Amino acid sequence: MLQQHTHSHQPRPLFDPQIMRGAIMAAVRKLDPRHQVRNPVMFVVEVGSVLTTGLAIQASLGQGEASPGFIWAIALWLWFTVLFANFAEAVAEGRGKAQAATLRQSRRDVQAKQLSSTDRSRGYTTVPSTSLRKGDLVLVEAGDSIPGDGDVIDGVASVDESAITGESAPVIRESGGDRSAVTGGTRVLSDWLIVRITANPGETFLDRMIEMVEGAKRQKTPNEIALNILLASLTIIFLFATVTLLPFSLYSVAAVKALDPASSAAPVTVTVLVALLVCLIPTTIGGLLSAIGIAGMDRMIQANVIAMSGRAVEAAGDVDVLLLDKTGTITLGNRQATAFLPAPGISAARLADAAQLASLADETPEGRSIVVLAKEQYGIRERSIHALEAEFIPFSAQTRMSGVQVPDRTIWKGAVDAIERYLQDRRAALPAQVRADVETIAKAGGTPLVVVEDVTVLGVIQLKDIVKGGIKERFGALRQMGIKTVMITGDNPLTAAAIAAEAGVDDFLAQATPENKLELIREYQRGGRLVAMTGDGTNDAPALAQADVAVAMNSGTQAAKEAGNMVDLDSNPTKLIEVVEIGKQLLMTRGALTTFSIANDIAKYFAIIPAAFATTYPALNRLNIMRLASPQSAIIAAVIFNALVIVGLIPLALRGIAYRPVGAALVLRRNLLIYGLGGLIVPFIGIKLIDMLLVGLGLV
Amino acid sequence: MSMRSLIRGALVVFTLLTLITGVLYPLAMTGVAQALFPQQANGSQLVVDGQVVGSTLIGQPFADPAYFWGRLSATAPFAYNSAAASGSNLGALNPARSAAAAARVAALQSADPANSAPIPIDLVTASGSGLDPHISPAAALYQVERVARARGLSPELVRQLVEQHTEGRQLGILGEPRVNVLLLNRALDALTAAPAAER
Amino acid sequence: MQWQSYTQLALYLGLLLVCVKPLGAYMARVYSDQPFGLDRLLAPVERGIYRLAGVERKAEMGWKTYAGAVLVFNLLGLLVVYLLQRIQQWLPLNPAQLPAVTADSAFNTAISFASNTNWQGYSGETSLSYLTQMAGLGVQNFLSAATGMAVLVALIRGLSRQSVRTLGNFWVDLTRSTLYILLPLACVVTLLLVSQGVVQSFDPYQSATLLQPTTSSDGTPVTQQVLPLGPAASQIAIKQLGTNGGGFFGVNSAHPFENPTPLSNLVEMLAILLIPAALCYTFGVMVGDRRQGWAVLAAMTLIFVAFMALSVAAEQQAPPLESGAPLATAATPLQAGGNMEGKETRFGIANSALWATATTAASNGSVNSMHDAYTPLGGMVPMVLMQLGEVVYGGVGSGLYGMLTFAIIAVFVAGLMVGRTPEYLGKKIETFEMKMAALIILIPCVTVLLATALAVSTDAGRATVANPGPHGFSEILYAASSAGNNNGSAFAGLGANTPFYNMLLGLAMLSARYWLIVPTLALAGALVRKQRVPTGAGTLPTHTPLFVGLLIGVVLIVGALTFIPALALGPIVEQLML
Repeated sequence: MLQQHTHSHQPRPLFDPQIMRGAIMAAVRKLDPRHQVRNPVMFVVEVGSVLTTGLAIQASLGQGEASPGFIWAIALWLWFTVLFANFAEAVAEGRGKAQAATLRQSRRDVQAKQLSSTDRSRGYTTVPSTSLRKGDLVLVEAGDSIPGDGDVIDGVASVDESAITGESAPVIRESGGDRSAVTGGTRVLSDWLIVRITANPGETFLDRMIEMVEGAKRQKTPNEIALNILLASLTIIFLFATVTLLPFSLYSVAAVKALDPASSAAPVTVTVLVALLVCLIPTTIGGLLSAIGIAGMDRMIQANVIAMSGRAVEAAGDVDVLLLDKTGTITLGNRQATAFLPAPGISAARLADAAQLASLADETPEGRSIVVLAKEQYGIRERSIHALEAEFIPFSAQTRMSGVQVPDRTIWKGAVDAIERYLQDRRAALPAQVRADVETIAKAGGTPLVVVEDVTVLGVIQLKDIVKGGIKERFGALRQMGIKTVMITGDNPLTAAAIAAEAGVDDFLAQATPENKLELIREYQRGGRLVAMTGDGTNDAPALAQADVAVAMNSGTQAAKEAGNMVDLDSNPTKLIEVVEIGKQLLMTRGALTTFSIANDIAKYFAIIPAAFATTYPALNRLNIMRLASPQSAIIAAVIFNALVIVGLIPLALRGIAYRPVGAALVLRRNLLIYGLGGLIVPFIGIKLIDMLLVGLGLV
Repeated sequence: MSMRSLIRGALVVFTLLTLITGVLYPLAMTGVAQALFPQQANGSQLVVDGQVVGSTLIGQPFADPAYFWGRLSATAPFAYNSAAASGSNLGALNPARSAAAAARVAALQSADPANSAPIPIDLVTASGSGLDPHISPAAALYQVERVARARGLSPELVRQLVEQHTEGRQLGILGEPRVNVLLLNRALDALTAAPAAER
Repeated sequence: MQWQSYTQLALYLGLLLVCVKPLGAYMARVYSDQPFGLDRLLAPVERGIYRLAGVERKAEMGWKTYAGAVLVFNLLGLLVVYLLQRIQQWLPLNPAQLPAVTADSAFNTAISFASNTNWQGYSGETSLSYLTQMAGLGVQNFLSAATGMAVLVALIRGLSRQSVRTLGNFWVDLTRSTLYILLPLACVVTLLLVSQGVVQSFDPYQSATLLQPTTSSDGTPVTQQVLPLGPAASQIAIKQLGTNGGGFFGVNSAHPFENPTPLSNLVEMLAILLIPAALCYTFGVMVGDRRQGWAVLAAMTLIFVAFMALSVAAEQQAPPLESGAPLATAATPLQAGGNMEGKETRFGIANSALWATATTAASNGSVNSMHDAYTPLGGMVPMVLMQLGEVVYGGVGSGLYGMLTFAIIAVFVAGLMVGRTPEYLGKKIETFEMKMAALIILIPCVTVLLATALAVSTDAGRATVANPGPHGFSEILYAASSAGNNNGSAFAGLGANTPFYNMLLGLAMLSARYWLIVPTLALAGALVRKQRVPTGAGTLPTHTPLFVGLLIGVVLIVGALTFIPALALGPIVEQLML
């Protein structure tokens, strides 16, 4: 069964002082033009900063186009604009780096016990873990660190995987089955394992994780590139709009002087044009875009999910269909006994007693639940199987029943068809009432187990899947978001339908096999839908590889992890829903800040246009609706606002905008109202306040 | 598709569509138009005694106080030059616009010093085509006294003539009420002798 | 303003919207190869064209071939118009014996008409023979419009088809647009116009005796007036329907022979927006969701109504005139009042301002009043409408394909805000689509700004400016906006028939048209290969009022943000100085 637990990472505070210090240094280092050129919007700002700095120096030497103080102020704030954007990116990266540092501690080089064959008695040679290659065999004993990713081929051991998952409880790893994968850097606590190494040094899961969280190999995702194209083209448009303003201004000055030679009209200065350009181009989103992307990955990590690529995080937002395993995701791990339905003429207590007897030695959760139910409902105490001199008859593939032999009788329990065959062999039959009960239970999504004592049918135990609390509401929310949920189960269609109805999923796949699961995914994809699923077993691998968003359980096999594009360290299948939400939140944050950034421009026009052309056309001052003190204060205020808004929005970029699972139309209305209308209004207030402050401090 | 077949397609389709839209279509339309609406299709000509004396659609210049004056015309080298239709294209702030209006105002006032009524705007502004055949009823009524005096007619009679020549909105709704200056002046001439003799 | 004026505005919009559905449905049938009646009559002609041209009716084209065919065909048209102008003196149907047009003017006019701009540097009645007008310009009026429609249909197919590579056959789309849509409508409009007095004749210019002789500015007496004739109605019908706008006469539809009555004015105004508006419905039908078409139409109409109201309100205010006497400028039952400079009495304020809005909302550019003489605000309305990229109805075909590009940008931003990578009509908008959309938005903006900058910076550009002060700047900006968005309307004061402007604006028109057609077809080619993602509650609905509002916002913001600084130095400051 899957390990179920909530992750135990402490959520990192948004502004960790240590990260802040590192980020400030990094912000300065990122001024390197080779770094900036990757972000066209901020590159333009940096070029503007250099240009205005040059102009400021020129002005200080006495031949400036405006007062040196003004040009220096603009130059300084333009540099701040670049630094603030760098800082945002650095903070986001810093959070990842801190995470990576923790991970890296567990990657210390260790000495590995390399085996030449699977026979551990033939001795090992000690080699450094870095020399291990794919296919090498190593022995790991109690107290040893596992030297690399691999598959267990022999042995059973408890392993401490807290370095990766943050979960302190040890997990069992053994050869074969779905618990055979081990991760380098984890530690064997007891017993021993023989592991076949599956990754070369530098390519291990841990290495990839560190890379991902550090953002070292972060590539722009497709949507990020598309958004960058939009931002770059807006930047080009504004570049032309401002550059051409110089000839426009020259013409206007000439036109004014032609009519009034005494006019004091002067052409717009380059400083003002640069300021206007920087205010107009979408610096807010341009400066925060990469921070948003890194923060999205980071939120995944906080949720204990490692995405193998940013593309996967983005795709998560687009998912239309969630394939969810019934067990563990929709229902609690196992079926539980919920009722005893005695056959005619048999008392319920007798049935309960027999059922408990038959289950005493049955260590499966179902067996345990029968014992517990009998105790709870009929006060039948748990008895020692030895004291009863009873002998447990385990489930076998031939009989497909299990039971208990007590001195005077044999009690069997099993599926109805198995019991029927057993009865037929002894020339007995199932009473009609029992058959009816069996059918009722099956139709309701339960599993009936028939109990017989020798040839007397005592009745039926009803086993039921217990649907997790709150899951129905969660699916309802997903439906509103336009996401279809499909339950995958090995149950028969009848049972599956009943559970599907109870859990509120939209569809189900009963009697699922790896093949029909894969086919189902392909069918949805042919219809243009994006499919997300979770999986852990090796036989899930093809479906995981086919799905668009595939979350492999960390507890699962290496094959499953290789096939998926995310790994859930908590191995919690319900996490898929969270993954989708994080993906959506990432995209929403991008959209909201883009809208905000563009909406800001209106106010900046009202600040800068009258100021820029005040000497040419005093009439334009009627557009100064904010009543900013002077042309210079207006322009400086707009530039300062533009820089500060980046800082102000860093928390939003890192946290992501508020997310609610409602329909697209509602989300759009809400976000347009907040970030569109807000983006329109906020700068009017902000610029005015800064202007008042500048005047109040006597700076202009 | 090869370049050859592309060019063949372009050449042939172009030639055939040129024939249809550039030759057949205008020829056919001209034929139908000449058959159905010969008067309109040929410029709504006003013919008097076999001589073309204008078009009901094209304005003519009038400066004599005994005629109603039309809109200002910005055509060159003389007003209402229908071979070179043109507006003034003067911007709202252009002093030339005020100058043109002032000149017209001066002419109006010198021809009729007693008239102190506000001057309808269309009398002091140039039309878009420079060939506008109409003025507003307000502009016509403004000139009634002057024309009546110049012709020795009772203002009432002239006013009636203006009202007769006032076209309402087309189909009761479209366009603006207007007076065709050429037709009005011709009607005046039909009433009294042409003022040329008086000059 | 009189109540009749409001009624006329409402009547116009009402009539337009009433026509949208039947015409839109008809066009959808034409392009989807379903029977529509007229095909039975003209099918032999259509088949004959294909047979002679060696066109395989069912052979479809990928986007590159389609674009190749568009370009080759347009280049051919451009060359023919150029040649006709240069050798018209040796060709028939030149009763006024007009000489060859100069090379630069012919270059400008050829591009202008091939690109559906119909900017007129020349004056028709004084420079072009009947043959040049008919077989050169008249033909391009049809074919440039049909080209736009074909490109639009290719884009619509890109959105409606899925997982294929072809967009249709350009020759077929072109021929069907011409034969079944433009030609029949043009015949109807022609006859309506002739009935109102628009001339349609091959007679030479007629001379008429003036009632009161006048004198020329050089003092020579003038007793005669020339009545210009020609096959005008047939060309005016298609110039309006095809959003071409190039007048038969220099002053375009302000000329009494081109637009004699309020009824002819209504017909011509309807013809301007008829096809662009109806194509929205065609789009809805062809993508299988009429609501999508209505939504786009609603966005266009709302922008239109707002600008129309602004224009009418601005023009109803007469700018102050220092004439030395009190003037009556208010609207009364006896006069339209307002800013009558450059306007015809029969149209007054409402019909002039409405036309100005419609002709620049669509990329028509014909005028029935002189925009140069508008109030600054009134003149800014047509200028901004052009700068928005000619997408408020826009050119036939080109308007809607431009608007769909804006829809893609709107969807991109809005799609992100609902937490999905964006999709329009089920097609994912990814990097390539964004690149093409960005180009389509970028090119006209940059073209206009650069052309304006070049003109204001050179003596040649400044030399022919007619008005002083900011209005002179407005004239240049208007011309560049018009050419850079393929509108063709003009602040006619600017002397644009100079080698400088003929070249500059010619190149602007060329880039605005073909640099957009190629990315549009590339966009269509990329979209057509994609699968359509089914819509659900999580997909951004693109037919709701909210999306309409968003689309309007994107159109206005992209346009406004780009041009506000320039406008501030032109019409805005001029209005503030009034």
